[in-house]
Amino acid sequence: MTRTPERPRREVVTSPRTTAARRPRYPATMEIDEQTRLGEVYMRSLVRTQFRLGLFVCTVLGCVVGGLPLLFLLVPHLRDLRVAGLPLPWVVLAGLIYPAFVVGAWLYVRQAERNERHFSDLVERQ
Amino acid sequence: MSPALGLAAVAVVVVAAILIGAFGLRLSRTTSDFYVASRTVSPLWNASAIGGEYLSAASFLGIAGLILAYGADMLWLPVGWTGGYLVLLVLVSAPLRRSGAYTLPDFAEARLESMAVRRMASVLVVLIGWFYLMPQFQSAGLVLRMVTGAPPWAGGVLVAVVVAVNVLSGGMRSITFVQAFQYWLKLTALAVPLVFLLFAWYGQGRPDLGGDAPPVFAERTAVAVGTDVTVRVLAPVEVTVTGEVDGRRLRDAPLTLTPGEHRVRHDTTVTFPAGAPVPHMDDLPVLNDQQWLLPLQGREHPLYTTYSLILATFLGTMGLPHVLVRFYTNPDGRAARRTTLVVLSLLGAFYLMPAVYGALGRLYTPELLMTGRTDAVVLSLPGRLVGGTAGEWLTALVIAGAFAAFLSTSSGLAVSVAGVIGQDILRGGVPSFRAATLLAVAVPLGLAMAARSLSVADVVGLAFAVAASSFCPLLVLGIWWRRLTTTGAMAGLVAGGGLASAAVIAVIVGGPYTGWTGALLAQPAAWTVPIAFVVMIAVSLFTPGRVPRGVARTMVRLHAPEALNVDRGDWRPRST
Repeated sequence: MTRTPERPRREVVTSPRTTAARRPRYPATMEIDEQTRLGEVYMRSLVRTQFRLGLFVCTVLGCVVGGLPLLFLLVPHLRDLRVAGLPLPWVVLAGLIYPAFVVGAWLYVRQAERNERHFSDLVERQ
Repeated sequence: MSPALGLAAVAVVVVAAILIGAFGLRLSRTTSDFYVASRTVSPLWNASAIGGEYLSAASFLGIAGLILAYGADMLWLPVGWTGGYLVLLVLVSAPLRRSGAYTLPDFAEARLESMAVRRMASVLVVLIGWFYLMPQFQSAGLVLRMVTGAPPWAGGVLVAVVVAVNVLSGGMRSITFVQAFQYWLKLTALAVPLVFLLFAWYGQGRPDLGGDAPPVFAERTAVAVGTDVTVRVLAPVEVTVTGEVDGRRLRDAPLTLTPGEHRVRHDTTVTFPAGAPVPHMDDLPVLNDQQWLLPLQGREHPLYTTYSLILATFLGTMGLPHVLVRFYTNPDGRAARRTTLVVLSLLGAFYLMPAVYGALGRLYTPELLMTGRTDAVVLSLPGRLVGGTAGEWLTALVIAGAFAAFLSTSSGLAVSVAGVIGQDILRGGVPSFRAATLLAVAVPLGLAMAARSLSVADVVGLAFAVAASSFCPLLVLGIWWRRLTTTGAMAGLVAGGGLASAAVIAVIVGGPYTGWTGALLAQPAAWTVPIAFVVMIAVSLFTPGRVPRGVARTMVRLHAPEALNVDRGDWRPRST
C-alpha cells in the first residue's frame, strides 16, 4: 500500500456563506446617532438637499417679486397696459400673484416630502 | 349708520369670543395646554386659526385705507403679508416644528445653548408684540368712535379687557377655536358687503377711475372732521362750515376756502358742493387718478420704499411671535408644511378683497383723504353705496369683522407676549402667566393712548421690519448654518433688532419726517436686515470657538423626518 501524496481533501460546498464575509448589519441611523463621519455625511446631504430646494424657491420668488418694481420702472409702457380693462400692475399684484404663491408652495411641499422619503429610504435600507 | 345696530354687532362678536373661549376652558387644564394646546389641534383648525390670528386690523381696515391714499404701491403690502408665508414655508416651518420649541426664545436656547441669547430673544418678542398690539388698540378706538361717538380710548380698553379675560380663562386651546372662527367671520364680513358694493357699482354704470384730475366730491357732501387736521386746498371753493376753521368759529355759515393750507378743528362739519376737488390732509400726497393707478408714484422715494416694504414683509412674517407659536400645535414637521400651504390659500383668498375696497373708496368716499381717516374706508363704503336697511346691516357686518380682527390678533399676540414674560421674566407656571397677561395688554394700551395716531398698516409694517431684522437672520442661519455662534447671534440680534426698534420708536414718538430721513426711518428693513445678516455671519466667523457643542445633534433634530428612529437629543422646552 503506497501512500499517495497528500492531496487536499475534497469538500462539498452545501451553502455559500456569503453573510459571514460581510460586516454585521449596521444601519445608517446608528451612524447618525453615534455622530460618526459617515453619519455626518448623511445628515449634511439631507440638509444640503433641503437647503438647495429652499434657496431655489426663494431665488425664483426673489426674481419675480424683486423684478416687478424694476420692470415697472424700466418699462413704463407696462404700467399703462390694460388687461380686461384693468391696469396690468393691478391684475398681477391684486390677483394673479396669489394663486402663483399657492402653486409654488404646493410644488415645494411635494418636493420636500420626496427628499425626506429618499433620505429615510437611504438610511433605513436593510 | 345706526349706533344700535353697530353696537349690537360689537356685542355679538365680543360675547361669541368669550363664550367660545369658555367652551375651550373645559378642555384646557395643564400648563402645557395653556401654551400650545397640547399639540392636538387638527391641521384645518390650525390653518384657519393662523389665518384668523394673522389678519389683523391692518389687513381688514388698514390696507384698503393705504391703497385709497397712496394707490398701486400699497398693493405690495398684502402681497408681502401672504408671500411671507411662502418664505416661512421653505426656510423655517418644518425644522422649527421639529425643534420642539414652544416659543422663539425656546428655539434660540435650543439651537444656541445659551441663556443670554434666550433672554435677548425674549426682549425682542415682547417689543415686537407691543409694537403690533398698539395699532390694534388704536384702530379699535377709531371704530368704536365711528359707531357710537365714544371717546377714542374706549374701543382700545374694550378690546384689551376682552382679550385679557379670554386669555386668562382659556389659554391657547380656547384661542385656537376662537381664532379659527374669526378667520371665517372676517372673510364673510368682507366678502358679503363686497358683493353688494360691486352690484351697486355695476348698477351705476361702472364709473371708472383713470381721469387726470385729483378726486372730486361726486355730490354735495358734508364732511365731519373728527380730529384736528391741516388740509391743502387746490382751488378756491365755497363751503358751509359748522365748527372752527383757521381759528374762526362758525355756525352753519358760508366760507370761501382759498388755495393753500387750512386748519380745521376737531368736530367741525364742512359741506362741499358737488364737483369740488377734495382737499387732502397735509400728510397725504395729492395724486390724480392716473398717477394713483400706477406703481412708483405714491410716496417719496418710491423705489426704495417699495423694496424695503417687500423685504420687511417677506422676511418679517417668520419672526412674528404669535404666528410661530401656532406651528408648535402641529403634530409634526410634515403637518407644519401642509398647514402653511393651507394658510397661503386662505390668506390669498382674503387679500383679493382689500384692493377692491380701496379702489371703490377712491370713487365713493374721497372725503377720507381730507379727514385723514383712510382706515375707515371699509366701514364707510357699505352705508354710502348701498344705503337703507341693507346698508345698515352690511355696515354692522363689517364692524363685526373689524372687531373680530382686533380680538383675534390681539389675543394671539397677548398669549405669545404673556407666555414669554411669564416664563422668562417672571417665575413661570400658571400664576405668572396670569400676571404676565395683564402686563402684555396694559403696556401697548398705554402706548396707544400716548402715541400720535398713525395708519394702522404702517405701524404693523414697522413691527414686521423689527421681526425681519432680528428673528429672520436668527432662524434662517440657526436652521441652515452650523457655524452660527452664540456671540454672532447676540451681535446680530442687537444690531438688527436694536436699529430697527430705534427707527420704530423714532417714527411713533417723533416725526413726521420728510425726505430720505423719512423714507429710511419709515421703512427701515432695507438697511437693517442686511446689517443684521452681515453682523451675525461676520461675528460668527470671527468667534469659531463659540459654536454650540451640540450643534450636530441639533441639526439631526431639526431636519430628520419624524418617522426616522434617531437620537434627537434630550432638550425639552422649559415651559412645561
